Order: sequence, then structure tokens, then C-alpha cells
Amino acid sequence: MPSRNVKVASRVGLHARPASLFVQAVTATGLPVTIAKTGGDPVDARSILMVMGLGVASEDEVTLSAEGDGADDALDQLVGLLAIDHDAP
Amino acid sequence: MATTTSKAAKSSTATPTLTGIGVGRGSAVGSVVKLAAAAKAPVDEPAAADTAAADALVRSSFQYVATNLRVRAAAAQAATAAVLEATSLMAQDPGLIADVERRIKAGTGPATAVDQAVEGFCKILEASGPYLAERVTDLRDVRDRIVAHVLGVPEPGLPELRKPTIVVATDLAPADTASLDLEHVVGIVTELGGPTSHTAIIAAQLDLPCLVRVDGAMTLAEDATIAIDAAHGTVVVDPDDTLREAILSRAKARAALKTATGGAGRTKGGQSVQLLANIGAVEDAERAAKEDVEGVGLFRTEVLFLDAATAPTVADQVTAYTKVFKAFGDRKVVVRTLDAGADKPLAFAPSEEEENPALGVRGLRMDRRFPQLLDDQLEAIAQAAKATTAKVWVMAPMVSTVHEARAFVQRVRSHGLPVAGMMVEVPAAALRARHMMDIVDFASIGTNDLTQYAMATDRMAGELAELLDPWQPAVLDLIAAAGAAGKAVGKPVGVCGEAARDPLLALVLVGLGITSLSMAPAGVPAVRFALSRTDIETCEAMAAAARNAEDAAAGRAAVEKLVDPEVLLAL
Repeated sequence: MPSRNVKVASRVGLHARPASLFVQAVTATGLPVTIAKTGGDPVDARSILMVMGLGVASEDEVTLSAEGDGADDALDQLVGLLAIDHDAP
Repeated sequence: MATTTSKAAKSSTATPTLTGIGVGRGSAVGSVVKLAAAAKAPVDEPAAADTAAADALVRSSFQYVATNLRVRAAAAQAATAAVLEATSLMAQDPGLIADVERRIKAGTGPATAVDQAVEGFCKILEASGPYLAERVTDLRDVRDRIVAHVLGVPEPGLPELRKPTIVVATDLAPADTASLDLEHVVGIVTELGGPTSHTAIIAAQLDLPCLVRVDGAMTLAEDATIAIDAAHGTVVVDPDDTLREAILSRAKARAALKTATGGAGRTKGGQSVQLLANIGAVEDAERAAKEDVEGVGLFRTEVLFLDAATAPTVADQVTAYTKVFKAFGDRKVVVRTLDAGADKPLAFAPSEEEENPALGVRGLRMDRRFPQLLDDQLEAIAQAAKATTAKVWVMAPMVSTVHEARAFVQRVRSHGLPVAGMMVEVPAAALRARHMMDIVDFASIGTNDLTQYAMATDRMAGELAELLDPWQPAVLDLIAAAGAAGKAVGKPVGVCGEAARDPLLALVLVGLGITSLSMAPAGVPAVRFALSRTDIETCEAMAAAARNAEDAAAGRAAVEKLVDPEVLLAL
């Protein structure tokens, strides 16, 4: 299954607004994407509650996985999203 | 007694039907609208007879609530919109919906299933850190809305308002108060809460007449006309014309005060008493700077820190402080350094679980664990002060000993800031004020905390509200000690608690030697007016009378006898 590791750039971690942007982007791919803290159990990345519940802090590494048509492209796009700090002044 | 006066029984002398504790001195007449309490899932809710139908009901409820939140988000301002947007995602969360459906299949009633699934996620969020606490509140709010929809009852909250309304509630959450429709809400009545609860503070900020601790408030009939009077703590159902007119004309007189007098605060004899604003967020500062105030007596900087997951950088702080200082031109701005602790946890400076957070590691005491926070903050304040023309004073919260005061003053000076002071909230600081005032350049009394500590009464203990009254003679004795100490060395001692915005108490404070009064800007005109009608000798006589009284109520009554009747009329 295609997967990617990425460091979360958001200064507040994956909470509130960054989490909601990420979950919306995942949902838009139409694919069953999962997210895990590297080494941890994967959770459904379409669920904002599960994503926030991971407690991902700034600079934590996460693993994204997805299956299906266009999974690689979708993952690349999501990695790009997580690698940007959306709260940068 | 909660009796609804019938039309026939309506006499010329209306009797108060309910009583409570007034916040401020305002009065209003309006129609009762009760804040609907959240519906709870029935305790023994039966399993759904038809799980497919129950799933469909739950799914449509989630969808309905999510759509509503998105619509509200679209209409809201940026900051609120982001929160509402995230909340609407919670209401369409596939993980949550799947969990609810699993529970329904296992034989749990649908509303109970929603409740249990939400609580499960709340636990996960709570476990992942204090900064998600607000999201837990949001998630429970979503739960309440969905449960209401599943049960077919109205969603919690206020309906759309069309006429002057007095909101009646068991208690108001900060979110409820923030979403009040100020075009129509003219007053607030709550059954619980206390004079320093969130509701009371926000009502004061908005200058809304407010009564808390009103026994039987929820028995008031929906849509009944009531007159509320915060000065006397009364709620009258179906007020007669005389009372209605009296209340409306007093409300008008208070409104007229805002424009009647202006300029610097002075007693009748011309003695200066600075009138200052309390501010928190940067937006507060910009709003307050437009008001007729002589500066800021309390800039609560923790607002900047509380929502942050990591300590704000010096650069971030410089930006925020510069905005605030710039807004006030060359006026005075008293900055209080970070006042956080176990009851206001910081994500980046975790505190241990404390049995008694009000008595724990908070305010300046945090410096023992995280000295870098204060150094960064002082550095940022110094840079912002240099870049602007405001007169910047800095003070520390929760100073208790001479040693703490001395160490703080040295730290402030080492960053090149010229004026260093302390808050007087701990009774020890008031009792030892003579020694403290030798070291600091000024002091500012936080009456809310000083009262809580002097009277050994939790600020949130609504039931004990009469003990939390700053008119308590014991509290006035402590203020007198601080005021006298300031006078003896010729250094300013101000008050920056809610006490300052009670015009009568403000006169007493001036009589106790207080040189500046800082409050929510809405309170300034009434205090300015009261000062302008009272000379310093009368203020001193009032202070003596209030301290000689047996209790808070007797003190206030004694002061009412000494005040210019016109002041009393306008209050």
C-alpha cells in the first residue's frame, strides 16, 4: 500500500484549523486515507476527531497511507499540505 | 417568593417577586426569553425497534447539525468561522457516526448511543493535552444539538429575538454570552453564577444590567414582562407603569451620563483620580483606545498565551504589544505580566495537578519553574515600548513577599523598563504594603482576588456570593493599608478590579487613598460623574463609614446617605 512519511510543519501541531484543512483535503480525495504517528496505530484521516486525538505536535513525523486509484498523487498532495505551516505570520 | 402577579392583583406599589445579586447598577424592562437547557438522552432509553430507521435518523441529525454550523460559519467573522468550520466537521465525522451506529446495533438507544460515542471521543481529546479542552466543549455542544434533533426537541440556545429581551438561564456558558444578540438583549438573569463569574464579567464588559443567584429564575414564565434592577437586586414581574417609567428613566439617565461628562477624572475639589481601562486581547485595546479614558490600568497579557500551543516568540509578543501601545498614543499602559497557572493551564508550561489551584503555582510564582517566560515577555515589552510613545508600566501578579517584589523590580529594570510595580491580591501584600512600597514604583489592587483570599471564598462559589462582596469591611481594611502605604511614600496605588466600576465604591476607594481606577471602559462615565460631584473630604468620610459598618450591606447604606442625591439618582 502506498505510504509517505512527513514532518508536520504547523506550529500548533495538527489541531483546530490545520486539522480541519487536512481532513477536508483528505475527504476531497475520495480515498480511504489513514494517518498514524510514526510507529503508532493508523486512524481514519477523514475523521477530524481521530486526527486531533492523535495529539500530533509541531515537528512530529506522521505516516499517511492510502489505497486505490490515484493514491500516490493524493498522498503527495497531502504531504505537501502538512509540510506547510498555515499559521505562519 | 416566585409568584406571578395577576392583572387583577396589580397594584400601584409593585412588590419584588424575585431577588438576587446585581452586577453593576443597571436596570431594564423586557420580555423573558429562557435559554433552553440542553436535552439529555433519557436514562433508560430503549433499544431502537428498527435499527435501520434509527441509523437513518441519526445520520440525518448529524447532517442537519453540520449544515447549520456551516451556514453559521459562512456568516461569521474569520476567527469564529474557523472554529465553527472545525465544529461542523465534527458533526459529520465518519469515525463518530460509525461508532454511534455500532452502539445502536448493539442495542443502545439512539440518543444514548450519540452521547456515549461523543464522551468516548471527549476522553481521547482530553488525554491528548489541555489545548484541546475547548474542542471538547465544542464537541459536547455538537452532541447536545444532535441529541435534541434525535429526540425531536428544540436545540439548546436562544431563539431569534424580535423585541427587548431579558435572557433568563440557569447559568450562561461563555459561548452563550458571546453569541448574545445585543440589538435585542437588554438584561440577563441567572439562577446560578456569582458576581465574578464569566457571565457577570461579560455583562459588565457589555454594560448589560445583570442579576445572578436569582432563586427561582427559571420559574419565570416565557414572554412575561419583567423589570430588573441590578442596584437593588430585584426582579419584578409585570411591573406597573410607575415602576416601568422609573426604571426606563434611570436607564436613560445612565445612557446620558456617557456623553454628559468627559475628560480626566477629578473629584469635586479638583483632585486627580486617573480613570483607566482594563483590556485583554489586542482588539480590546483598539476598542478601548477610542473611549474617553486616560490609558490602561490593566493589560492582561495572558490572553495572548492561553490559546497558544507553544510559547509565543519574542517577535510575536513585540508585534502584539506594539499594536496595543500604539493604540494608546502617549497615554499610560500598565502591563501585567503573564498571570497563568493551574486554573489557566498553558500548553507549553504544564503545571501539576493541584488540589487548590487558586493557592498554587500561579501568577509570578510560575517564574520559579519557567523563568524564560518572564524574561522573554519583559524583553518584548521593552522593545515594543521603545518603538512607541506610550508610558509603559509593568507589574507582576500574585506578589506575596518583599523578596518577590524586589526580585521582580530588578528583573524589570534589567530589561531597561523604568517603572516596575506589583499587584496587591494576596492579603499578605496589603498587610506588608509599607515595606513593599519602598521597593516598587507603584501598586495596583486586584479586588476580585483580594476579596477571594481575604474572605477565604472561592471566586466561583456562587452560593457564598455575599462573602465575595468587595464592600466587606475586612477587604476595605486591606485596601486602606495599601492606600496609606502609597500615600506615605508618595507612590501611586490604583485599583483594577470590578470594584472600581461601582461608582459608590469608587468614591470609598478614593477616600482610602487610591489614586487611579481601572475598569471595563463602559463603567468609566458613571464613575467620572460620581467623582465630579464628591470632594475628597466626603470620600474620606465615606471610607470611614464603610469601614466602620458591620457588614457590606450596612457599609453601602451608610455611603448612600453621604453621597450627592443626584449621583444616587443617576446610578
